[in-house]
Order: sequence, then C-alpha cells, then structure tokens
Amino acid sequence: MGIKDRLIEDVGLREGVKRLTEDKIEQVVQTVLKGETGARLAAYSEICMRCGLCSEACHFYLSHDGDPSYSPVGKVQQTMAVLLKKKGRVSPDFIYGMAQIAYTECNLCRRCVHFCPVGIDTGYIMSTVRRICHKLGVTPQYIQDTAHSHSATFNQMWVKEDEWTDSLQWQEDEAREEFPGLRIPLDKEGADIYYSVIAPEPKFRTQLIYQAAAIMNAAGADWTMPSEPGWDNSDMCMFTGDFEMMGRLKRKHFESAQKLKVKRIVMGECGHAFRSVYDMGNRWVAWKMYPVPVIHSIEFFWELMKQGKIKLAKKYPGPVTVHDPCNVVRGRGHHEKLRELVRFLVDGPIIETASNREHNICCTAGGGVINCGPPFKNVRLDGSKAKAEELRATGVKTIVAPCHNCHGGLEDTVHRYKLDMHIKFLGDIIYECMEKPS
Amino acid sequence: MHEIYNLVTGPLAWLAWGIFIVGSIYRLAIMYILAKKKDAPSLAYMSWGFSLRSIINWLIPFNALGWRRNPLMTVATFAFHICLVVAPIFLLAHVALWDQFFGITYPVLDEKVTDIMTMIVVAACLIFAARRIFQKEVRYVSGFQDWLILVIAVLPFATGLLAYYQLGNYQVMIVLHILSGEIMLAAIPFTRLSHMLFSVFTRSYMGSEFGGVRRVKDW
Repeated sequence: MGIKDRLIEDVGLREGVKRLTEDKIEQVVQTVLKGETGARLAAYSEICMRCGLCSEACHFYLSHDGDPSYSPVGKVQQTMAVLLKKKGRVSPDFIYGMAQIAYTECNLCRRCVHFCPVGIDTGYIMSTVRRICHKLGVTPQYIQDTAHSHSATFNQMWVKEDEWTDSLQWQEDEAREEFPGLRIPLDKEGADIYYSVIAPEPKFRTQLIYQAAAIMNAAGADWTMPSEPGWDNSDMCMFTGDFEMMGRLKRKHFESAQKLKVKRIVMGECGHAFRSVYDMGNRWVAWKMYPVPVIHSIEFFWELMKQGKIKLAKKYPGPVTVHDPCNVVRGRGHHEKLRELVRFLVDGPIIETASNREHNICCTAGGGVINCGPPFKNVRLDGSKAKAEELRATGVKTIVAPCHNCHGGLEDTVHRYKLDMHIKFLGDIIYECMEKPS
Repeated sequence: MHEIYNLVTGPLAWLAWGIFIVGSIYRLAIMYILAKKKDAPSLAYMSWGFSLRSIINWLIPFNALGWRRNPLMTVATFAFHICLVVAPIFLLAHVALWDQFFGITYPVLDEKVTDIMTMIVVAACLIFAARRIFQKEVRYVSGFQDWLILVIAVLPFATGLLAYYQLGNYQVMIVLHILSGEIMLAAIPFTRLSHMLFSVFTRSYMGSEFGGVRRVKDW
C-alpha cells in the first residue's frame, strides 16, 4: 500500500530524478525548509495527532475504497513527514513517488480543512512539497510545458502576441453579425472593467470570449481587454511550485491593468486564476491583497443580475445541479451568489449534490492535476468516483460549473462514469437565454 | 517507600512543573520568533474575530463537518479532553494536596463524579488505541510518538484509579500515579502533546484565513 505500488511513467518526472543525487536533494530540501518555511510547517508537522479524521474529506481516499495511502495525512506521511524526518536526505526514487503524490493525487482543494480539529492545512503542505519538486527539477512534463509557456510568453498556451489580438478581432467580427455594434475594445484607458481570461480561451475555447463580449455588450459595460501580455490571468507556475514565476505573472497582470488605469479587473469563469490573485500570487509578491480590485465572473454576473442588466428572453430548462469550484467557493465564498444567479437563470430547482457549498467535493481536475496530462488521466478519473456518485444521485441532466478546470475534469468524469449529463458555464447559459437582436 | 514518596511529591514535582511551565514558555517564544521571521505572509491575516469564530465553532460537538462524519471520535475526544483537564484539577485528593502544601483551597467535585471522569479518560484512551490498531487509515499513519503520548496520557489516570480503589500495592501505585502525572506534565512541551500549546494558534490561523481571505467557514 502506498505510492510505490502505483508509479506511473512520466518523462518529466523520470528525466528529473535521473539528474539527482542524495546530496543534491538534501541541499535543495534544506534550502526550502530553512529559507521558505517557518512556524506554520513546524507546528503542522508537530501537532498533527495522526487521528485520521481528514481521510473522509478526500475524494481520492473515498474513491479508492478507503485506501489509507490516499488520505490527506497518508499523503503527508509519504512525503513531507519523510523529508522532515530524514532532514531531506532521501533517494531520487523517493522524489519520483513524492512528486507523483503531490502533483497528481492532491488537488489542493482544502476540503480536509473542514475535518481537522487542530487546523492543519494539508494543501499548504502539499504546495510546499511541490515547491521542493520544482526546485529539484522533477515536475510532470505536461504541466511543466505550461509553466515554460508562462515564462516565455506570460501566457499558458504559447499564444503569440499577434495570435492573441487576432483571436479577439476574429471573435469581434463574428459577434458583430449577431450583435451589430458590438466591440471588443482593446487597450481602452480608464475603462470600468478590464476583462481577463485564461490562455486556453483564445487557444481552443474562443466561444467563451464571444459570449463574454455578447454579455458585456448587452449590459452596456465600459470594458476593455489588453492587447499586450498580462491578459492571461492563469497561473500554472503556482501549481508546479515555480513561485518566482508565479510572482512575475501576478505583477505582469496587475501592471497591465494599472497601465490602462482601469477601475477593476473582471475575471472569466476560472477557479485557479482566482486563487492565484487573492491567495498565493499576491502573498509571494508581498501584497496582502491585490493592488487592483478583482472580481470573479460569478460576482460580476450576479451584479449585472441585481442591476437588471441581464435581460432574459427565456429561462434555461432545469432542474440543474451546481458544482462549487474549490477556488471560488471554498476559496472565496461565492456559493450563495452562484445559487442566486442560477435560480435567476434556470427554470426549475437546483438539486444539490450531497456535499455542497464550501463542503463540496472537488472535480479532481483542479490544483494542476488535469494539467499533468494524459499519463495521469486514468488516475485522475479513478479519483473522481466519489464526485461521480454524488452527481449521479442528483438525477439531473445539467451541471452548472463556473470554472474551466472543473469543466474539463467533469466532462471526463461524466464520460467515464456514463452519467449522461452536460456541463454549462454561467456564460453559456446567460448567452443562450439572453435577449438578442432579432 | 517514604523517601520515594517524598522525592516524587517534592523535588520531582517541582522539576516536572518547572519543565512544563518554562518549557512551554520557551517553545511558544521560539515558535513566535520563527513565525515573525518566516511566516509574515500568514501572520498578516491573523484576526481576533475570525480566530475566535473558528475556535468557538470547533468547540461545539457535531458542529464541524469532520465531527459530524466521525460521531464516535467526536464523543470520545470531547469527553476525553474535558475529563482530562477537569478531573485532576477538581479532584478532592488533589485539592487536599494544594491545601496541605500551599494552604490553597477551592471547591471540589464529588468523588463519584471525578471517579467516573477518570474512567472516561481511560475508556477514551482505549478507543484511541483501538482506532490505531483496527482502523486502517489511522494505523497507516500511527508511529512511535502516537503510542508514546497515548501511554503517557493514560498512565496517570489508570494508576489513579488503581490507587483510589486500592487495587494492588497502594504505596507503589500512588508513587507511580504521581510519577506518571509528572512525566505527562514534563512531556507536554516536547512531544506531540504540545498540541495543547500550539493548536490554538493553528486553529486561529485557519479561522483567520478562511474568514478573512476566503470568506467561508472553516468548520
């Protein structure tokens, strides 16, 4: 029982550990432990009573019939606890397993926080393990590729500068057929809203930009998108443990907004990018809070609804269930606004999953896990069994999930467990149901 | 026997209390200095309101999700901690000692009550031990330290019961009882029992982060 019995070949991990020696590992681990961690990690590791209460929080544990090596504390036991006990003197093979646990068997969803009486944050411990893996150069290849893209282009998907503006103009062009007079204003100084997206949107989910433009247009919003790098709010470096790059990304994003003197940033329906701006990225660059106000699409759409700026031609046929993305719900308390909005948009009730709101079970794609790519896809889907069962029990056909990662993950889950459900962004529903020029 | 009794109630008692108090202050001070030096990005979010909110909500049985999903553990751990703290402080024999040595008196609990409380502590320890043996997710992560503190915690209560009921040699039992109590006190700052010192801060931080940054409850 344990990671040794389930190792998966990944070229990024394999090539990474080939370059390691015990001396090198010890030195890197000590650098991180002494340089970057302090009382928080020390207290967590000392006072964890090994009571095992956190086990039932974790969807990996639940989905693997109670295999203790998948429980939060079980994963800490196989990673950080060993590093601390051996003061970082471990073998390269150990690092391989440790990386696989930290990157692919923990979504950093923090559900276990609701189970730990003494207040241990396993997500923080796993992030620190990833940080060490990053500094050792042992990261899964697929997610590392996105991190490289961030370093080279300031976006996650190797989108070139001209491709970016081209995509926006293309969407503007398309949309003007349906909404004459629609604009996607680029670099408009002093706009009320700076709309930021993640790079997969221009890359392969361009319809989301189209829909956002349609909603902004209908609401008569004073908005803009930047033509230069900084437009991508996503942050895979946060998940690989490349915190230096995470800091650069946050600076770039906010500086881009500041340059345009906008009043605030509205973020697309992304979960992890939101985590990066209010939780991790800002801390790395020593901002207690972000320097330009940022709101998530849930909140933005909710505001539009309250101001009567979303005019519906019809309601979306329900019933539906709501998936609460960790990073915007457990991460930012947007669950009630999300439900108010869904009730406004949908004709029919919301059938809740057994675990909902801040106690929600993760989609199993978050925390960079889906970004680790095909080698780990089956493992990820094995881990989403608990989620699939909760979804199946609702008996509905539509899942509303306001997060890109959750979408990707849930689509796979629906397919694997034959759930016969489809997944909608809020933007999908608003666009589908809003009043349009005839 | 008399000399040993004098030793455990005299110098060793002073030593145990000394290690407990000085050791605890030392550990807390060192941890605070470390937090100041290395954990600024966490300390910045500490808030009294959210800390208390979190502590209070976790002190209500079956309130937090974790408690609700583990009813046996909830009952055992609440009963254990309450009895562990209350019984020794308000036990007639202990208050008599305070009076004898320092002339301090305060109200006591009925002996029947403290008797049951002591049994509850021992019973809870048996439940904890059973979990470590039979529940695989607990067994998987249990190590020497976990068993050590369980033994340290149960001994003063088990020997106390034996002494109270005069089972076995009373003289030996009372010495063992006092000695094991002293070991427990002295062990608090330097074993996992230090959760007594630190968990209020880790709980507070989690409450502050969930309340202030995440705007959700952490229970």
